[in-house]
Amino acid sequence: MALNTIWVVVDRSGDKVASVALELLTKARQVAGTVEAITWGDASSIAGQVGAHGATALHTVGDTGGGLAGPPVAAAIAAKISSGTAPDAIFLAQSYNGRDIAGRLSARIDRPVLTNVVNLAEADGGLVSEHAIFGGTEILNARFTADLPGIYVIRAKSFGAEESGGGPAAVDTWEVPELGATGAARVVASHVEETAGPKLAEAAVVVSGGRGLGDAGSYKLIEDLAKLLKGAPGASRAIVDAGWVPYSHQVGQTGKTVKPTVYIACGISGATQHMVGMKSAKNIIAINKDQEAPIFNIADLGVVGDVKKVLPQLIEALQKRG
Amino acid sequence: MNVVVCVKQIPDPAGTMKLDQSSHNLVREGKLILDESDSYGVEMGLQLAEQAGGGEVTLVSMAPNSETSGLRTALAMGAARAILVSDPGLAGTDALGTAKVLAAAIKRAEPDLILTATESTDGYTGTIPAQIAELLGMPSVTFSKKVTISGDNVTVERQTEEGYEEVEVPLPAVLSVTAGVVEPRYPSFKGIMAAKGKPVDELKVTDLGIDGSAVGASGARQEVTAVTPAEARKAGEIVTDDGDGFQQIISYLERIKVI
Repeated sequence: MALNTIWVVVDRSGDKVASVALELLTKARQVAGTVEAITWGDASSIAGQVGAHGATALHTVGDTGGGLAGPPVAAAIAAKISSGTAPDAIFLAQSYNGRDIAGRLSARIDRPVLTNVVNLAEADGGLVSEHAIFGGTEILNARFTADLPGIYVIRAKSFGAEESGGGPAAVDTWEVPELGATGAARVVASHVEETAGPKLAEAAVVVSGGRGLGDAGSYKLIEDLAKLLKGAPGASRAIVDAGWVPYSHQVGQTGKTVKPTVYIACGISGATQHMVGMKSAKNIIAINKDQEAPIFNIADLGVVGDVKKVLPQLIEALQKRG
Repeated sequence: MNVVVCVKQIPDPAGTMKLDQSSHNLVREGKLILDESDSYGVEMGLQLAEQAGGGEVTLVSMAPNSETSGLRTALAMGAARAILVSDPGLAGTDALGTAKVLAAAIKRAEPDLILTATESTDGYTGTIPAQIAELLGMPSVTFSKKVTISGDNVTVERQTEEGYEEVEVPLPAVLSVTAGVVEPRYPSFKGIMAAKGKPVDELKVTDLGIDGSAVGASGARQEVTAVTPAEARKAGEIVTDDGDGFQQIISYLERIKVI
């Protein structure tokens, strides 16, 4: 083992542990002797799942009182470190809360962060991180030269989640120092925008649409095809920004990372920010009018054509098969 | 209401980006442009100042070689002034060092609200908004897709994994805004002419009271150990649709047993 102790911040939505947290716990126990988890809210409901993935302890900062997770979690971790209990590394997910916590923690303990990590390897008694740059065409490796702990912000689906056979993690509460103005934001309501059918991040088939669809109404073709293939509809940033579909459909750098059996990109040219979120799909099918579109460089099957002609034909043929 | 918008000036993403062979820093030669992701914050800042019935938008940027091309674009949109931190000692600065520089520069403007993008197009670290907020001792709401000001409070729709949440936050605060939150205006000819005369206050690291060892490559306290080409995906089959493109897709889906 290269490291003694790793703390993994467990992102959650209510009592549901984010799947990326289980991926990070799995990787952490492969490279460190001791893995401890940190979360917010009620810990007892998730201690079993967190323990089963390798954490021996689960620390919670308690109820955030309607506040965002970033300030209290970062402050509690920083307080533990300054009291002399520092791990070798801290793993966080490249998620909304994960980035908030990592940013505030980095400033509080004056340590740099490595973000967009897609793999980690042991080397010379420490960790070397891997980052996909320039749309995944080049791999960059990096390491900290700073004092420990290193803060690693890791992209979803970089590692598989496997159970360790461990029992429930031992739960305790970490005190949150006075936050002052930093903790003043309050969540007053939450809204869910997920569509019916499999979740985008977990679906075996993802059908995504881009600007090539021409107009918002044509996104129905994407939804129809996804439904026929029991998959989830996705989108490029361009059409999310244009307001055609909600942000929760976005695949890519700032959206979701997907790793389906097959990814069907319809009218998506393949900006680097999009490719980073889907290039690990087992199979990629692309339909695009422009034969020079970068998406064809990574497609297993590329169809140079108009999505508004090809998709209705494809949908009709699949419907006939029943 | 005075608003600071943090803006990054980056190499044109439409061109070829590359890393310097020895420093592994992104090559930033030639003209830099306003990161498109920041144009949304600029537009939002202008709209909010207008709605509040007064106040100014100040741009804060860190860039090499006294670069102002991107700043002039944002000034032409209507920002009143800019603070530019440009110093050879900043080459190789990481996200935390950048946040230290930006936070120190922001303090000079004494803003009611600080807007940033969620992440830059070229570096996309995505931690700087939270780092700035922590350094300034302010609350923050990241991934804001709708922002409404009422008095000393802001109501924000913040993206979540499942949808969005409504967050209330008192000013002063740091908000990172998503692309698409507003429609950035095109600079008018009048705006472009006026931008040439707007003040750009250029500062060095020492002007901000920051220790030179906290920034630059040594302040980053991290190193690139290797840069290698990624394993390329096996070249696929490209066909042109002559009315039977959908058949090719069906055959492929059958072959991988999806249907």
